[in-house]
Amino acid sequence: MMLSPARSWREFPQRYRLEAARCTACGKTHYPPRVICSSCRERKFDTVGMPREGTVVTFTTVHVPPKGFTEQSPLEIAIVELKNGVRVMVQIADLADSRELRIGDPVRLEFRRIAEDGEAGLIFYGHKAVRAR
Amino acid sequence: MSVGIIGYGAFIPRRRIKLEEIAKVWGADAASYQRGLQLHEKSVPGKDEDTITMSVEAGRRALDRAGGLDPARIGAVYVGSESHPYAVKPSGTVVAEALGITPQVHIADLEFACKAGTEGMFLAQSLVKAGEVEYALGIGADTSQGAPGDALEYSAAAGAAAFLFGSDTERILAEVVATYSWTTDTPDFWRRAYMHYPRHGSRFTGEPAYFRHIMSSAQGILDQTGLKPQDFAHAIFHQPNGKFPIRVGKRLGFTTAQLETGWLSPWLGNTYSGASPMGLTAVLDIARPGDLVLITSFGSGAGSDSFVFRVTDRITQVQDLAPITRVQLDNEKIYVDYGTYAKLRGKIRMGE
Amino acid sequence: MREVAIIGVGMVECGELWEKSLRTIWAEAAVAALEDAGVDAVDHITVGCMSPGLFVGQEHLASLLADELGMAGVAATRVESACASGGLALRAGIAEVASGLSDVVLVSGVEKMTDVDGADATYALGSAADQEWEGFHGITFPGLYAMMARSHMAHHGTTSRQLAAVAAKNHANGLLNPHAQFHIKVSIDDVLASTMVADPLHLLDCSPITDGAAAVVLMPLAKAKDLAGRRTVVKITGSGMATDTIALANREDLARLRGVELAAERAYKMAGKGPGDIHVAEVHDCFTIAEIMATEALGFFAPGDGGPAAEGGRTSLGGKMPVNTSGGLKAKGHPVGATGVAQVVEIATQLRGKAGQRQVNGATVGLTQNMGGSGGSSIVHILEVE
Repeated sequence: MMLSPARSWREFPQRYRLEAARCTACGKTHYPPRVICSSCRERKFDTVGMPREGTVVTFTTVHVPPKGFTEQSPLEIAIVELKNGVRVMVQIADLADSRELRIGDPVRLEFRRIAEDGEAGLIFYGHKAVRAR
Repeated sequence: MSVGIIGYGAFIPRRRIKLEEIAKVWGADAASYQRGLQLHEKSVPGKDEDTITMSVEAGRRALDRAGGLDPARIGAVYVGSESHPYAVKPSGTVVAEALGITPQVHIADLEFACKAGTEGMFLAQSLVKAGEVEYALGIGADTSQGAPGDALEYSAAAGAAAFLFGSDTERILAEVVATYSWTTDTPDFWRRAYMHYPRHGSRFTGEPAYFRHIMSSAQGILDQTGLKPQDFAHAIFHQPNGKFPIRVGKRLGFTTAQLETGWLSPWLGNTYSGASPMGLTAVLDIARPGDLVLITSFGSGAGSDSFVFRVTDRITQVQDLAPITRVQLDNEKIYVDYGTYAKLRGKIRMGE
Repeated sequence: MREVAIIGVGMVECGELWEKSLRTIWAEAAVAALEDAGVDAVDHITVGCMSPGLFVGQEHLASLLADELGMAGVAATRVESACASGGLALRAGIAEVASGLSDVVLVSGVEKMTDVDGADATYALGSAADQEWEGFHGITFPGLYAMMARSHMAHHGTTSRQLAAVAAKNHANGLLNPHAQFHIKVSIDDVLASTMVADPLHLLDCSPITDGAAAVVLMPLAKAKDLAGRRTVVKITGSGMATDTIALANREDLARLRGVELAAERAYKMAGKGPGDIHVAEVHDCFTIAEIMATEALGFFAPGDGGPAAEGGRTSLGGKMPVNTSGGLKAKGHPVGATGVAQVVEIATQLRGKAGQRQVNGATVGLTQNMGGSGGSSIVHILEVE
């Protein structure tokens, strides 16, 4: 999907640096950050980074990707639980054979190009997971 | 004040294509190319990899080896490449933003064919030396292109190497002993604006360009420092193919043993701005304290940057803090065929 | 609160209705419901439509459609909760009547999905997911349900054959429904041989792109009985709505549809009924796995037994717990905003004894379960013969 310059810029801390918000009252980490804690409804947060290591919770191979992703078909997408307990949805990159992937596999998040607004538009960066060596 | 590398890192994409895959499509004699260029396979970037993504990962690895440095203290970031993702909008700002270095920082992108990386390293170390900044990052990265069927298609590869420079003696793992650049206007290889692929002067790229500049720069730094080839543990030269770096190294008086650790091109291809810098990371991965290391890059257009580094005691503490260059090169490769390669490199005309 | 009854139902045949615009298909369904009800004036019109903006570039829909019906001036509300917009339109209508704000309400749902190409339709449907944290990475709806299917399979041992059994059953039922989009026979092997869309979901595990519209007319129960004479009056005894996280990454258990469980709890409580009291149900089978997970969430089967139940015929037309006698979203079609109302049309038709060859004999209590996105919103209604 295409993001305007403003929207893509607003999301850099989360996309580029995996910045999350940890509730100062109950300690729950929110990624992306929120206005109000989903656990205890308090409103104060610390900005924290997140670990880039995690495990695969579930995944699929999308054989019919949406517009903007068709050149990368088939697309491997997973929900990964990072070491701090936070779950994120990410693509899995560099998978030689999708049949190798299993629930529970350890992965690392790497900085990658996620999408672009055509040949002349902005490039959107973020993270994808690669299987940990 | 001594200045040196306090952290380094390399990133090599996982995909590879074998030289015979390319030769097959263009009806070329693979064996003869392999012998002539001394190349077997090269790295291929995925659709989701570019100069910026590789620079970020190489930069993270350099920070890991620098050991707990607050990235906000880095005062300058230079990314050298001839395949910056944007023609106008710096790669350096994305890299700096991703690494947590912004906003108090100098950033510029550099371009000088295959020596943009070492030029960035020179600027970085100079700013630290001048006391202008505490720490500075110089990165060489490329996802270079060769025209379909052209000789360069066999070697144009992808990779990145990052070097963080500082002056705090406890952190320095390789001290800068000397630098020397030798640069002229030599039109051996170029790409005009809006053109997809570079062009080159064939055999003119050899003696008048590559050999002349590397010899002059390397000899220049040896004369300047009074050092002799036998004083060095390792020497790294720009590696556009497998043959040239060995030939120029021997001419200068280096032995195979001194050249082999930094010699990655037969299995990696030419990573342009990342080429000699990655040879350096491969050397640092196994260097011993006290080693003297020579690196001389070459960028068409043309110029060569030389550095002499002295490896410190700290090297053994940091080598394992991030992925090893040779391990990335040799392990977990994903081979692609020419069709996939052409798709990944954007060489197929897509529908509008 | 007053009790609410359904006095008329209507829908258009679902399919790729190239010759008809959104307004036309909606108006045809609305007129059919009004005629079936025997009324020609309403106090309020509710419209469920997921995205007239993305599909046909039209917002301000409820007011537009009121005028289309020759009823400019009548109060009108459009509601949206992705694929649960129809169920939500019913709930909004129920609230109007139950509260006394309105006496006669036309509840409707419509979606015109074929005026955009497949990629744009996928994009529009994708807006039901978390755009920023799911859509950004290239996920599709089949992909989201495929991830839940994989979790369900890992947790309970659900098999691809069991998923396929749902599709086969629903197509068998669709053959008996004149309003269905597809009148084809599909076997389990056909499903498994069809192309993989998002592993493990095959093409025939997925509901289609459909144009369609459906409508029902609501009245307070007392008034409905006066008007109905000897016709069967169907009353709505339970209504429950619940949300769940939109992003799958924020769900606690990917093998459960917690939103459906909550909505069902609320509807059962209001109706004073339990899963064992339901004779026939229309369940949101946007993907085969969704029907399996929903039947578990509704309490028809224990967690993990939804797959075996489908494979063993328990949810077939002649089975213990018939599910999707209409053919479901799979065979009847899934005109997104209309689906929730179409489900009510089917159950009301069953309770009135007018379901022809697909009639569940003696059905007096029915249930509809409508769901939005990957389960982010769920609406359950319980209908009974008065």
